[in-house]
Amino acid sequence: MLKVENLNVFYGGIHALKGVTFQVPKCKITTLIGANGAGKSTTLRAICSLVKSQVGRITFQDKNITNIPTDDIVKMGVAMVPEGRKIFPNLSVKENLDLGAFTREDKAEIARDLKWIYELFPRLKERLWQKGGTLSGGEQQMLAVARGLMSRPKLLMLDEPSLGLAPLLVKDIIEVIQKICQEGITILLVEQNAFAALKISDYAYVLETGCLVLTGSGEDLLNDAKVKKAYLGE
Amino acid sequence: MTINLLLQNIANGLSLGSLYALIAIGYTMVYGILRLINFAHGEIFMLAPYFLYFGILIFHLPWWASTIVAIGLTAFTGMLSERIAYKPLRDAPRISALISAIGVSFFLQNLAVVVFSGIPKSVHRPIFFTKIYQFGEIRIQSTLFASIGVSIIFLSLLLYIIYQTKTGLAMRAISRDIETSRLMGVGVNRAISITFAIGSALAAVGGILWSLRFPQIFPTMGMIPGLKAFIAAVVGGIGSIPGAMLGGLILGMSEILFVTFLPALSGYRDAFVFFILIIILLVKPDGILGIKVQEKV
Ligand SMILES: Nc1ncnc2c1ncn2[C@@H]1O[C@H](COP(=O)(O)OP(=O)(O)O)[C@@H](O)[C@H]1O
Ligand SMILES: [Mg+2]
Repeated sequence: MLKVENLNVFYGGIHALKGVTFQVPKCKITTLIGANGAGKSTTLRAICSLVKSQVGRITFQDKNITNIPTDDIVKMGVAMVPEGRKIFPNLSVKENLDLGAFTREDKAEIARDLKWIYELFPRLKERLWQKGGTLSGGEQQMLAVARGLMSRPKLLMLDEPSLGLAPLLVKDIIEVIQKICQEGITILLVEQNAFAALKISDYAYVLETGCLVLTGSGEDLLNDAKVKKAYLGE
Repeated sequence: MTINLLLQNIANGLSLGSLYALIAIGYTMVYGILRLINFAHGEIFMLAPYFLYFGILIFHLPWWASTIVAIGLTAFTGMLSERIAYKPLRDAPRISALISAIGVSFFLQNLAVVVFSGIPKSVHRPIFFTKIYQFGEIRIQSTLFASIGVSIIFLSLLLYIIYQTKTGLAMRAISRDIETSRLMGVGVNRAISITFAIGSALAAVGGILWSLRFPQIFPTMGMIPGLKAFIAAVVGGIGSIPGAMLGGLILGMSEILFVTFLPALSGYRDAFVFFILIIILLVKPDGILGIKVQEKV
């Protein structure tokens, strides 16, 4: 569904991604793990055209989306839940969700998706008119995921959704991600919290200072000696 | 001071204040989205009555039609100035865009001198706006009602757009976080253009109402009202739309009351406005309705 070929990203003089190539197959969960600063966020941001200087080729559903405007990429069905949630604190929960559906005009369908969101995240329904900034960290993460879903994406990319959450909430988020995938939405997950992510992943890649160093199924990597040592703390 | 005179001055203050409010919106909206003080906004304000004047003189349009055309042209000019002078600098340090804004201001002013000439012109006023209403002892010019009424209509329309429409939602999102707005599929360039168009259209309405009050127009006429409206935006809390409205009213009202109560000092009315600015900056640096705006990263 998504193909990234020989992707290079530069931040001024910093060569942040050095020829990254990988694929995200349809209706599966693909995970990118790596230490802080490895270039995981940069990869996702490059896919959405949020970085200035990138070389390489990114194709989504066989269409070249390299460097096309972000709003066009969103319209094609790519949504991203950014690192640090990035909820609009000055807007209500409902307005945050409406923004998620910004590219859509189908009112009836939007209403139906909202219903689904409320089933998935009952907490959000209770807080619909509260400002985004007043939610707890866990609720904000739920809202960020829900907002991403409101564009009815084909591919949902999540950048460290478990960052800073209590273990119990991490479990919730992981379950939600599985549920979303079961609805037929392809997932590209970025995590430092490798254990939980690898357990639900169909495919996984390990990123180290801008290069992909390992590839395999989630299970393969869970059992890989190097991964165990470097990312699972065993 | 009789109660009548006071009422008359309150009407005066409201009307001047609503003009400041109309102009202040443009400063505050642009600042809210780009963190840019658009120094050229006063010149945008000046262009509107000129467009009106030439619409009547050259194209023989009726006043109302020329007004509509002038508002449209002014909105377009504002939008164009952003595309040409600010958009290429969006990723540059903020001071560059600020300097560019000063450049646009000088450019438009001097262009007006060259094209329209520096000699003041007298804009046609429809008879209706020269009428004076008498309520007991209070005499109120119909332009006062017009400024207040028209301002209320346009400001309500603005609030509707900002708080009830998708475009407004996008603007509020962008003012907080441009990058995440992009991720929501918001076309940021388009939203910024709309912001400039709306701000400039409101300045145009202000400029035309201004020309009903003070029919003499000249290329530098935008400087003082522009400066005062900017102060109004700061007093109300720059970035806040209700703040700009409130700031405009406060400024217009205090200016008129200052002149009324201290007629001997009326030559200092502009200085008095700066005095208010200094007081507000000392007491409440973020303005009356201002929220602490985070620095953009
Ligand atoms: N906006 C930026 N400007 C300069 N360097 C950046 C920027 N964003 C990220 N980097 C650098 O690029 C590298 C990869 O960062 P990032 O993709 O955020 O890593 P990760 O998400 O894996 O922690 C790091 O060395 C980081 O310092
Ligand atoms: Mg990151």
